[in-house]
Amino acid sequence: MLTEVKNPAVETAETTSKPMTMIQALRSALDVVMARDPDVVVFGQDVGYFGGVFRVTEGLQAKYGKTRCFDAPISEGGIVGVAVGMGAYGLRPVAEIQFADYFYPASDQLVSEAARLRYRSAGDFTCPITVRMPCGGGIYGGQTHSQSPEALFTHVSGLRTVLPSNPYDAKGLLIAAIECNDPVIFLEPKRLYNGPFDGHHDRPVVPWSKHALGMVPEGYYRVPLESAAVFRPGSQLTVLTYGTMTWVAECAARETGIDAEIIDLRSIWPLDLDTIVASVKKTGRCVIVHEATKTSGFGAELSALVQEHCFYQLEAPIERVTGWDTPYPHAQEWAYFPGPDRVGAAFQRAMEKS
Amino acid sequence: MREHPALRLHVPEPTGRPGCATDFSFLQISGAGTVRKPPVDTSHFETADLAYALIGVLDRDGQAVGPWAPQIDGTQLRRGLRAMMKTRIFDARMTIAQRQRKTSFYMQCLGEEAIAVAQGMALAKGDMHFPTYRQQGLLLSRDDVSMVELICQLMSNEADPMKGRQLPVMYSFKRADFFSISGNLATQYPQAVGWAMASAIKGDTRIASAWIGDGATAESDFHTALTFAHVYRAPVILNVVNNQWAISSFQAIAGGESTTFAARGVGCGIASLRVDGNDFLAVYAASQWAAERARSNQGPTLIEWVTYRAGAHSTSDDPSKYRPADDWERFPLGDPIERLKAHLIVLGIWSEQEHGQVHKELEAEVAAAQKEAEGHGSLLDGHIPSAATIFEDVYETMPEHLRRQRQELGV
Ligand SMILES: Cc1ncc(C[n+]2csc(CCOP(=O)(O)OP(=O)(O)O)c2C)c(N)n1
Repeated sequence: MLTEVKNPAVETAETTSKPMTMIQALRSALDVVMARDPDVVVFGQDVGYFGGVFRVTEGLQAKYGKTRCFDAPISEGGIVGVAVGMGAYGLRPVAEIQFADYFYPASDQLVSEAARLRYRSAGDFTCPITVRMPCGGGIYGGQTHSQSPEALFTHVSGLRTVLPSNPYDAKGLLIAAIECNDPVIFLEPKRLYNGPFDGHHDRPVVPWSKHALGMVPEGYYRVPLESAAVFRPGSQLTVLTYGTMTWVAECAARETGIDAEIIDLRSIWPLDLDTIVASVKKTGRCVIVHEATKTSGFGAELSALVQEHCFYQLEAPIERVTGWDTPYPHAQEWAYFPGPDRVGAAFQRAMEKS
Repeated sequence: MREHPALRLHVPEPTGRPGCATDFSFLQISGAGTVRKPPVDTSHFETADLAYALIGVLDRDGQAVGPWAPQIDGTQLRRGLRAMMKTRIFDARMTIAQRQRKTSFYMQCLGEEAIAVAQGMALAKGDMHFPTYRQQGLLLSRDDVSMVELICQLMSNEADPMKGRQLPVMYSFKRADFFSISGNLATQYPQAVGWAMASAIKGDTRIASAWIGDGATAESDFHTALTFAHVYRAPVILNVVNNQWAISSFQAIAGGESTTFAARGVGCGIASLRVDGNDFLAVYAASQWAAERARSNQGPTLIEWVTYRAGAHSTSDDPSKYRPADDWERFPLGDPIERLKAHLIVLGIWSEQEHGQVHKELEAEVAAAQKEAEGHGSLLDGHIPSAATIFEDVYETMPEHLRRQRQELGV
């Protein structure tokens, strides 16, 4: 399948590529923009000397100095608050929240400030900040190391929410996010940091070096925001998904033999509606898959959009496969995580109904 | 048998309530000129006494006394007095405009004019202020924003620079070093620290000034800002305007009982001062001292300005429901305008007659500005910015969904 992966809207890709994990690709993105733009600064808890709890910022402080990459106090509100001030000054801060589960103390700064600064000042001040946060489950992270809070951001006017599914996109999207003059929430599925994960937790992890999307250009390139990727072309049904679930959906297609067209949204909001609508109009069936809880999750918005724009082409009800409406459990991780069996069953249902 | 008496919850109360006079002894006022002035490179713990004292310069006779008396010439002093008068007249007129429903809302800074005006004058062009809604003196003491523009914002009219998106008084004037005001209290405090950190990262010489009220110090962003300012030695002045009230809550409810807000700074490793906020000269001197510290890489300074919110919290508030009607008259630090005026008269560079004359001139100036602003419409006559602008500036470029929604609105 991987040879068929398309990245239609890639800008200025460089020729020399090498295998990278998602961690290395993200680090490479930071390295590339820090080298190009002296206004880019990187900070957060443990990101400086230590290089981050997931190693994404490793080596950046040694290379760019302590005023470009530094440790922050354990204060998410403070981290985002000072980033907003730095952005207003004219810097391009890239702040890290150690886990997406811990962004809540920064909610006020994100929702009331970062998202609305341009609007409320009629463009007098802007907020070109990027807030990176590792998200998602599948790692026995329990309640506070597994959450997928994207719907809490997509509901906020003025924020952009981005979530890559592979090293190539991770680097290109992160560069695009940092260069974007709007505030961007950059969610990184930590389950994908070292290799793709199709939900078969009982099988050995395959490293990114075995995948085409682990080949990453060493230099500068961007994957534009608001562009989805057709991750797997297909004809029978459309899967709208992002992050880890892209790989789970691909596995479900393989195992069920259903020719699913898998769309990796990449930019969750604002999104690439044209690619979604074109696909659903072609297949007439739609399954939405995300790790986050179901009720008022982003899948509800996707379902509504598909219904509004593809009503006459739909041949079956839109299916949603998501995390349950519970906090993320520890021991029962695999009953909670929407694995290939649950996703495949939804594919079957979508094909049966008409 | 219980070994201990039953526990009791303590809920602070102001001494004064409607019909009952306030006992202002809690203010712990030191006499003007009695508090020492340390060198700007002093360490935070050497300011511990200053955080519990009260720095003042103007004595009861209108004389400038003691070590904090600033070097400031007559022209500047006259400018300062004029700016304070202008601020008060502007406030009074806009409060009336609200009653006439030409604007939906207003907040005056009656009694607090010295703080924003004097600090605005003590800092340099390019230093960025992160104000609350009660520092209009910063704008009215400089001339890069006309009163007409301010009033257009208040009226949300066709010439409103914020395009009708913000409540009245939530100004934003980058060119006048005045950061966009947010309705969410305290958020600007860590932002100011971040701006100051950015200035330091870039090797700039500009500093930031953060503003907050006594009530809002209870927000987590206050604590956060102090921590970051201390950790990174950010070139920032952390102003706490203690006007004793947060809407109906006395400052004791914010944590001011038996302590000071300045003392919080010392606890966080920040040099801190407690200053008479109604003493123009003291505000000017303390602001200069803090600015010099920041500019010479000595780090942040926290200043608690002791003042009194003489007016209603906003045009939606009636203070006679929770505090004595004559409270301001009894406030021991008096009226900042009267006090500077007395000083200028003592210096022989001002007179009652000139005061009256300037007052009239300023009233005419404000009235003319209002008239000109009203020429661009007001909420009352429906001349407001076009509904098409609702969808602009949410993002740098308008995404597809907003384009669709704009079409749906038919504009
Ligand atoms: C986060 C938040 N909570 C509550 C409010 C409502 N509110 C507006 S002003 C105010 C009082 C603020 O008092 P203080 O900080 O002492 O400043 P002052 O109004 O006295 O200048 C409150 C509670 C708000 N704007 N933001």
